Amino acid sequence: MNALKSLLHFVVLPVLLIALWWFTTRDGANFFVPQPGPLVDAFVEVWLGEGFRNDVVPSVARLFAALAISIALGISLGVLIGSVEWVRSLLSPMLEFVRAVPSTIIIPVLLLVIGINDTMKVTLIVLGCIWPVLLNTVKGVASIDGVQVDTGRVYGLSGLVRLRYLVLPAAAPQIFAGIRQSLAVGLVLMVTSEMFASTDGIGYATINFQNRIAIPEMWSGIVLLGLIGVAMSVLFQIVQSRVLGWYVGLKESAK
Amino acid sequence: MTENRVTENRVTEPQVSGRQDVRQDVRLSVDQVQKVYQRDGESFEAVRSLTLDLHQGEFACLVGPSGSGKTTLLKCIAGLMEPTSGSVVLDGQQVNGPAKGMAVVFQEYGRSLYPWMTVEGNIELPLKVAKLSRAERRARVDEALASVGLEQARKSYPWQLSGGMQQRVAIARAVAIHPSVLLMDEPFAAVDAQTRAELEDLVRKVWKEHDMTILFVTHDIDESVYLGERVLVLSSSPTVVQHDLVIDLPAERDQLVTRSMPRFTELRAQVYEQVQIAKTNKTGATTVSAL
Amino acid sequence: MSVSQHDLALAQVQPRIARPRIATRAKGPVVLGALGILGFLLTWELFSRLGPVDPHYLPPPSLVLPQFFTNFTYTDFWVAIAQTMRAWAIGLTVAVASAVVVGVVIGSSDFLRRATHSTIEFLRPIPAVALIPVAALLYGPELQAELLIIVYACFWLVLVQVLYGVADVDNVARDTALVMQMNFLQRVRHLVFPTLLPYLMTGVRLAAVVALILAVGVELIVGTPGLGQKVALAQINDANVQMYSLILASGVLGMAVNGVMTVIERKSLFWHESVRGGKS
Repeated sequence: MNALKSLLHFVVLPVLLIALWWFTTRDGANFFVPQPGPLVDAFVEVWLGEGFRNDVVPSVARLFAALAISIALGISLGVLIGSVEWVRSLLSPMLEFVRAVPSTIIIPVLLLVIGINDTMKVTLIVLGCIWPVLLNTVKGVASIDGVQVDTGRVYGLSGLVRLRYLVLPAAAPQIFAGIRQSLAVGLVLMVTSEMFASTDGIGYATINFQNRIAIPEMWSGIVLLGLIGVAMSVLFQIVQSRVLGWYVGLKESAK
Repeated sequence: MTENRVTENRVTEPQVSGRQDVRQDVRLSVDQVQKVYQRDGESFEAVRSLTLDLHQGEFACLVGPSGSGKTTLLKCIAGLMEPTSGSVVLDGQQVNGPAKGMAVVFQEYGRSLYPWMTVEGNIELPLKVAKLSRAERRARVDEALASVGLEQARKSYPWQLSGGMQQRVAIARAVAIHPSVLLMDEPFAAVDAQTRAELEDLVRKVWKEHDMTILFVTHDIDESVYLGERVLVLSSSPTVVQHDLVIDLPAERDQLVTRSMPRFTELRAQVYEQVQIAKTNKTGATTVSAL
Repeated sequence: MSVSQHDLALAQVQPRIARPRIATRAKGPVVLGALGILGFLLTWELFSRLGPVDPHYLPPPSLVLPQFFTNFTYTDFWVAIAQTMRAWAIGLTVAVASAVVVGVVIGSSDFLRRATHSTIEFLRPIPAVALIPVAALLYGPELQAELLIIVYACFWLVLVQVLYGVADVDNVARDTALVMQMNFLQRVRHLVFPTLLPYLMTGVRLAAVVALILAVGVELIVGTPGLGQKVALAQINDANVQMYSLILASGVLGMAVNGVMTVIERKSLFWHESVRGGKS
């Protein structure tokens, strides 16, 4: 009974919205908004055929490579900067400035320095995504609880053992908050760089459809980007609930 | 006032019959430790000149008014803080930084246990650091959990347990490394009275079972008399040892029986009196000279 | 009267004592931080002159910095900044206002919260930039194109925070408000809003950063006038020194946005904390 109720809660509004969409476009009257049927057809035709190999795979591969680099680099540098106070003082104003540069604005620069290729896009995404991870790691590492640190010292934690059992888990909630921001920024930069200058990718294809006024195809690109966003968010939440299960429990027990 | 004579004896010539053999086995030796903080160009002397010896198998309580540098002193002994002058020697080794063989149970159990590890994981971590084999670690964890009576909670996370149980885990973690000296910093200050009594008896039991040497810091006079074989009263800061008292209560302590003994009340009154003196006398120098 | 004046005098003296302490404590990091910036500029200069990259593509700071300051004397530089910031400000305001209203309404009803959950979770992760083609098609290189993207992205960011905030309202406080027979608006004002504020501020701070990124992004791709479009033009015209100086300016702008947001957040949260402190 309860399961049925939550299923209803889950589907009713989306179904209503889709019905409304279908109803308002049933005459095909609106130039900008396609009908559900043609949109689904366009989606299947554009993205599940050749487009999958030519555009979807390159986009997603670049995004994931860049995210992996950002997360690995951001955490390692963040641990380093967060652990050593003078390094933190030395670099924080610089980092604050670099982070404040709106990351989309460096697309033309990278285009100039690197050219239109995969390296440019991966570099761009890394340059945008690394800051949330890095700065959150710094914050998390620098603010580890004093008693936890003292306990670690008393029981002789040092080096890699300290990193593995104290520093990383203690900073993990902050690090995950950073990764979450990075995922969103990464997707934005992937799309923007492909729309601005590219020879392949979902963003490139979608802006091309717009230029050719191929409305259902253009919308199918938007839907695909949305699906990728949703998939990333779901994946993130699964990983987060695995790794940070203890944190959720801790917060709830404190209530 | 027999107890005063005992104290005098300890201070002037340390020869109390029957305990002489134990005397020679010094585990921890704190010699003229002083701690001065520098803060904004001003210096603040938390600990003046503190000297005490702790012998194998001794259970000593440090009691003092709040604001007497108890925690500072304990951190200096634990090697978490460097004393401005003086020395701490554990098993003949100078303490510079946290020493092997020293375990600490903190007051803040909720923060001292790592919430990302299970009970078992928390107890096992120091053993991993000590590079014990898997089988040895397993045996030590079993033993430690059994002695605090938490076998059934080994797979739980600390935050799933009550405050008293969490502090038991912290005690088990300390016991598991078989420390030379166990330092306890007001470990029961944050639990309710009922739990506190249980934990007090638990510590006595663990102490006897494992033949441990314990330095127990508290601000609770009753607790110090009930738990200790010896009570050291600290002065207000800058801290010195103002009074050193042997607790000659029977070894078998019982919350009801022991606490209602006339001797308990006498000792309690004595410690209370000394703490009152400590509160009024800032340096505590007068009482020391009077002794 | 004299007593209150005395209190006032005390209150004024206290921060004066506290201030030099903070200053002396912060001196070390400030010097180090300045060294860090200097080191960065020096590395850049050397890299540009001796490094593997053609100095034409990566001009040294000794050329970029003068250009950066010269820009301040040009009207069109300020116009570009103003255009970008106008889109930023309008977009952010519309997004925040609508997200607060929608969030409080949805958050106050268990039914609405459950019924909208799946839809919100689906619409939220859609990258706003995916809508750039639609915006371009609908409006062309106009302010509205920028606004559409900014409002879409920031709305979800703030909405989710508002929902967290409303959900965090203390049960006892809620019951108290019900016992006191507060009506919906009174509850929102005295109960929901104070709890909500820290969450809202987090959302607004995040949204402010995202709005700037998107404003520049739309300007680059659609060609809406503003800082992003100026950078794209500089790149096309091979005016590389100018391009780097504009990016420097965008960084300063980003810092200013961060700074203002942090100040607003701290002020409003300080108010919030002090109210809570006064109650307990």
